[in-house]
Amino acid sequence: MSYISITDDDIREMLGVSGVSSIDELFADIPENIRSNARCDLPGPLSEIDLDRHMRSVQSGNWLIPSFLGGGVYHHYIPPVVDHLSSRSEFYTAYTPYQPEVSQGTLRAIFEFQTIMCRLTGMDIANASMYDGATSMAEAIFMSVRDNGKRKAVISKTVHPNYREVARTYAWAGGIELVEADYSGGVTDIASLEGALQADVSCVVVQSPNFFGCIEDLKAVKDTIASKKINLIVVVNEPLSLALLKSPGSFGADIVCGEAQSFGNPVAFGGPLLGFLAAREPFMRKMPGRLVGKSADLDGKEAYVLTLQTREQHIRRERATSNICSNEGLCLLRAVLYLVYYGNKLRELAQLNHARARLLRNRLLEKGFSCAFNRPFFNEFVVTVPQAEAAYEAMKNNGFNSGLKLGRFYPEMEGALLFAVTEMNTVEEIDSFFNILESISY
Amino acid sequence: MSLIFDKSAPGRNRIVLPPAEPDCCSDIPDELMNTGLDIVDVSEPDMVRYYTGLSRMNFGVDTGMYPLGSCTMKYNPKINEKSAALEGFTGAHPLAEPDCSQGALRLCFELARDLSALTGMSAFSLAPAAGSHGELTGVMIIKKYFEKKGEKRDTILIPDSAHGTNPASVAMCGFSVKEVKSTPGGDVDIDHLASLLDGSVAGMMLTSPNTLGLFDRNILAISEMLHKNGSLFYGDGANLNAVIGTAKMRDMGFDVMHINLHKTFSTPHGGGGPGAGPVGVADFLVPFLPAPVVECNHGMYTLDYDRPDSVGRMHSFYGNFLVLVKAYTYIRMLGFEGLREVSRTAVLNANYLMNSLKQTYNLPIQRTCMHEFVLNDKDIPNGVTTNDIAKRLLDYGFHAPTVYFPLLIPGAMMIEPTETESRESLDEFVRVMKRIRDEAEGDPELVKQAPVTTPVKRVDAVAAARKPVLKWEKK
Repeated sequence: MSYISITDDDIREMLGVSGVSSIDELFADIPENIRSNARCDLPGPLSEIDLDRHMRSVQSGNWLIPSFLGGGVYHHYIPPVVDHLSSRSEFYTAYTPYQPEVSQGTLRAIFEFQTIMCRLTGMDIANASMYDGATSMAEAIFMSVRDNGKRKAVISKTVHPNYREVARTYAWAGGIELVEADYSGGVTDIASLEGALQADVSCVVVQSPNFFGCIEDLKAVKDTIASKKINLIVVVNEPLSLALLKSPGSFGADIVCGEAQSFGNPVAFGGPLLGFLAAREPFMRKMPGRLVGKSADLDGKEAYVLTLQTREQHIRRERATSNICSNEGLCLLRAVLYLVYYGNKLRELAQLNHARARLLRNRLLEKGFSCAFNRPFFNEFVVTVPQAEAAYEAMKNNGFNSGLKLGRFYPEMEGALLFAVTEMNTVEEIDSFFNILESISY
Repeated sequence: MSLIFDKSAPGRNRIVLPPAEPDCCSDIPDELMNTGLDIVDVSEPDMVRYYTGLSRMNFGVDTGMYPLGSCTMKYNPKINEKSAALEGFTGAHPLAEPDCSQGALRLCFELARDLSALTGMSAFSLAPAAGSHGELTGVMIIKKYFEKKGEKRDTILIPDSAHGTNPASVAMCGFSVKEVKSTPGGDVDIDHLASLLDGSVAGMMLTSPNTLGLFDRNILAISEMLHKNGSLFYGDGANLNAVIGTAKMRDMGFDVMHINLHKTFSTPHGGGGPGAGPVGVADFLVPFLPAPVVECNHGMYTLDYDRPDSVGRMHSFYGNFLVLVKAYTYIRMLGFEGLREVSRTAVLNANYLMNSLKQTYNLPIQRTCMHEFVLNDKDIPNGVTTNDIAKRLLDYGFHAPTVYFPLLIPGAMMIEPTETESRESLDEFVRVMKRIRDEAEGDPELVKQAPVTTPVKRVDAVAAARKPVLKWEKK
């Protein structure tokens, strides 16, 4: 099957209008030796019926079992309105809204996203998304460097390890120095942070709740850098926590960035995700990415439009604030739909997440496991498991993905598991997890 | 029409959640708790009607022809969407162990292999989340390559016809940009290129075919000049739709390239993403690809993190996986012959359209085009501009072309019909373009006031930028 709409008769006539006798002639500018080598081996073509069957067979290679995996992407319930409305092809087959007169749907949704993200983060402005949490953090660091001209960033080791890796890649390319601050007791070690603060530090980056699930002491972090003209960047990769916890803005964050996949987007093997970037008002003209502003049409009717585009690559080229062009528009739409569906009941959902996480944690403690850190948490926490590897494998053989093995990211945390619990993990599931845990020997 | 916030009233949202114990959050100190959550309070029926209304204010490929040059707004097959919605894909957690993720890894492995076969590159990384992210990755690979060789080269050459993302990506990697001129015929000016080549040039980025919709007739000479100078050749695959199955990028001399899966491989643009921008490299650059890389050993798929020369990680996880699923589905559906038919038809459609319009609008470069061509507003009377013509097209149910780009053609209208438009829709586009030209002669105000049939009339972008309002506030 193909998606071509012209017929053989059309081709003949169209060649005539084009003044050539064959399609090959249209490619005459490409050297003949290149054209003659174009053939390659590819599977297919398949009929749609066989293709559908093939895709089902490929997906069945993934083994989906109940899990307590989080670590930057979270399995939340997606209300059917999200799938239904985001599947309207007026939304998903549209391009970037460069022609505002026929893009008010997309533009309004972005404007609503900007509004809600400002409220959740306590920031003044938010953009129309970045690729993912990791690149939003890298871009936040670049934005801070543009802001104060200093070329060093201090990142807490409790920030997602993959985000720190991406930051290292970007920083190497852009000539920015990264320094890591240690942690103690599951949160950023304030003394270590203080020790890293030299004169040329542009920003301090912390994540809260951090990679261990612990809520960081943002007040202490802010106090450490106050009066030093250093930007505080707060990363959030479980944005549902913002419905329960005080916003980073209220602790004095200058930039808040991270991952908003939790809002209406599936875990999907880690992509597409939904990076977000929000900041205080003075960063407005330094922001990367798209911004939608309110305006009016010729009749004075309310209308929305991409704005402050002189920051962007298609106008400013090598002097742009970033190279970003396509972002995660459809994921943003899904997030808006999700946030509007839950509305202020997002807080109840956040409470439910915490309640389920607390239930699992308390039961693990009762069973004699120990928590690695004794800090307030949202829906993730670290448990130290004796013979962790064997326990993990035994649970997997019984149909449970227990949690994330932290040793891979933090060698000193060998034997510790990061558990994430959401509303999708029912009380029955937690019970059944325990029954199996008690019955198996490993 | 108001925003969703205007429909909010306390108590409208009646959704019910599973219960949690009343004191379930007692372990979180009060000073950490949010006490003023204020998102919105609406009912599901109100919400559905509002967002259905928003969708009707949008134009998409399913609404009408979208001749947006260099954006390849082709039809997005529905089977792609069905594949990407399969629970085995949407429900796979990226941090599950590889033995739980064999299906996803297999798909990535096979897609990378197919892209290599189609382009002649040795290997692909699927991590970049968009075209410009792919460019950034590719330029980093160039940087790493010279770092490893111990050569200090700080300049990247970019033709004056290039997308803005090219120089912006280069700048993010600390390179400086030098612009290469084009000839009046739309090729790279070889003499100018020769004058710029010295020991500081790390590489050159070229979109192939270029953004004028032309295949550079000197491509092999350019490649040879660069390689003789020790520089690398970067291929921007934004316009791959013109040559897919007809010519391999590696055979044109490119050492590193990216592909926009949301263009050539039919994944929808989503109102601005998610896209995917896989990066392909020649064999000598494979060690520099981003980590991790999917490998296959004895039928088991694994993620290889042990890549000491890699530029590093580029994405939170492995890239925009569901977009990859859609592109994979498309490749399986068409096979090699189907993909070859794509480029052949895309080029035929564009040449047909160009030849049907060149008597009515100025065609600055008179050559056989590839998948797109550029007209401009020279000789349009009564002060009617490209922007006016673009807006008037909206009234007739067409999306506008890409306008005022490439920059070297004043008043450019870059038109790309793609292979999925029928003869009838091409003819209708020609008829409307001719009619707009007549209107510019006879009733120019009509064109200057356009559009008038759209959900809003011409939007004042200047006012929006002068006093930015970037969020909704309670009155």
